[in-house]
Amino acid sequence: MKILVPVKRVIDYNVKPRVKSDGTGVDLANVKMSMNPFDEIAVEEAIRLKEKGIATEIVAVSVGPAKAQETLRTALAMGADRAILVQTDDEVEPLAVAKILKAITEEETPGLVILGKQAIDDDSNQTGQMLAALLGRPQGTFASEVTVEGDSVTVKREVDGGLETVKLSLPAIITTDLRLNEPRYASLPNIMKAKSKPLANKTPADYGVDTAPRLKTLKVSEPPVRSAGVKVADVDGLVAKLKELGVA
Amino acid sequence: MAKTLVWVEHDNASVKDATLAAVTAASQLGEVHLLVAGAGCAAVADQAAKIAGVGKVHLADNAAYANALAENVAPLIVDLMGSHDAFVAPATSNGKNIAPRVAALLDVAQISDILSVEGEKTFTRPTYAGNAIATVESSDAKLVVTVRGTAFAKAATEGGSGAVEAVSGPSDAGLSSFVGAEIAKSERPELTSAKVIVSGGRALKDGATFEQVIFPLADKLGAAVGASRAAVDAGYVPNDYQVGQTGKIVAPEVYIAVGISGAIQHLAGMKDSKTIIAINKDEDAPIFQVADVGLVADLFNAVPELTGKL
Repeated sequence: MKILVPVKRVIDYNVKPRVKSDGTGVDLANVKMSMNPFDEIAVEEAIRLKEKGIATEIVAVSVGPAKAQETLRTALAMGADRAILVQTDDEVEPLAVAKILKAITEEETPGLVILGKQAIDDDSNQTGQMLAALLGRPQGTFASEVTVEGDSVTVKREVDGGLETVKLSLPAIITTDLRLNEPRYASLPNIMKAKSKPLANKTPADYGVDTAPRLKTLKVSEPPVRSAGVKVADVDGLVAKLKELGVA
Repeated sequence: MAKTLVWVEHDNASVKDATLAAVTAASQLGEVHLLVAGAGCAAVADQAAKIAGVGKVHLADNAAYANALAENVAPLIVDLMGSHDAFVAPATSNGKNIAPRVAALLDVAQISDILSVEGEKTFTRPTYAGNAIATVESSDAKLVVTVRGTAFAKAATEGGSGAVEAVSGPSDAGLSSFVGAEIAKSERPELTSAKVIVSGGRALKDGATFEQVIFPLADKLGAAVGASRAAVDAGYVPNDYQVGQTGKIVAPEVYIAVGISGAIQHLAGMKDSKTIIAINKDEDAPIFQVADVGLVADLFNAVPELTGKL
């Protein structure tokens, strides 16, 4: 079984984003960029399925600027077999990404597509569900455990009150939650090896997808700031405050 | 006037609170219609019809909708969207699972986690873990939005007199099946609707210590119990306790953070709380920058003392 893993190049999760002073967006100039953390978990899960003998080939895909190549090389260094870069400098919304992935899925016919549940830049949490809808395939979102058996996959999902388990017929779409696995670091030899793994260059037009945005961003602003309050000297001070608030 | 269709969050027995904030958001867009999709859920529809401001309740009672599988309910919603202008879902795990599937089938962009309604098609929403608030305008003919529960007031549960209308939709898509759920049962209030929350962090050392220190204080205050991602990852408490960008977003009257340093990830989930109280032995911990009341102390002494004095 082939597995397709879409990955996104985003601001590194350790960097505090700064809103541009003109309110047009977040300043990404000279900021460290990395693979979206949820996508790293998706790559790791695919590799584990290959190590178990369930997957035979892992194809990593990214829709983004030329530099998204670096993100794909990271996926290749972790253990993906080949990569496809769908290059565009435009900001591509989840719906258009899902349309591009649909075309690639139809070409590659993977048994599973594993995506991160959301990207930490736009926090949309949409692409996997949209891809499943466009393909008419089942979706196992927010996965914390994935078990492939025969022609189905059982997914344990993180839901509001706890966990839920669903069984999906293959091919299926899975989106990862934080506790699915802990992604590995790529070793130096594997980083070197990744440089010679195949990486195909495509554009959205190759897949006949119009990436014109449906949403117009009118403004981006800083969230309201909370100011620090008072410090109390001891527990008695805290008890007094709680009484003042009417909760004790 | 625009017609909205609101996803009612329920357990086939009663309406969940998350629905009420979505109703408030929808009422700012137009007429409020509700969708109760489930199995044996007529009582839910009757209860939903009483929510203030509700015009009509669509009741879709079918075994295929029992567990809100997206593969089965999305086509039903798409059918109903023929006569509605906006699909509005609470940003619950069901809402987040179903809404994008609906949006893609309608070929519209979804607007996730809205914080406010600024116009007919204009909304604010958080991006970058809440570090940037974007104002976005949709150019699609129909809208699909999910609503952040803490950002809107809850609609009143009484006062409405909506008409319940049975609807039928596509049956089981045959793509997925529900196997089971492990839903934590607790005597304590639910995190997302609690007035007071006591949360513990990594400093609690282990699961047993977390229970010994945090639970008695929470019970004294009638509070829900939360945790930081570090505490959840370390296995002190189950994942559904997690407050933060990747866990639950909460905004109680009083949030008490015990031994939580205040990572951006955590602050994104609780910074809209009315009053934040922090207990931490590190006086430079970032949590004190957002706390209304801070106590610099060793939590292992301070928390039992506090519990004893309440």
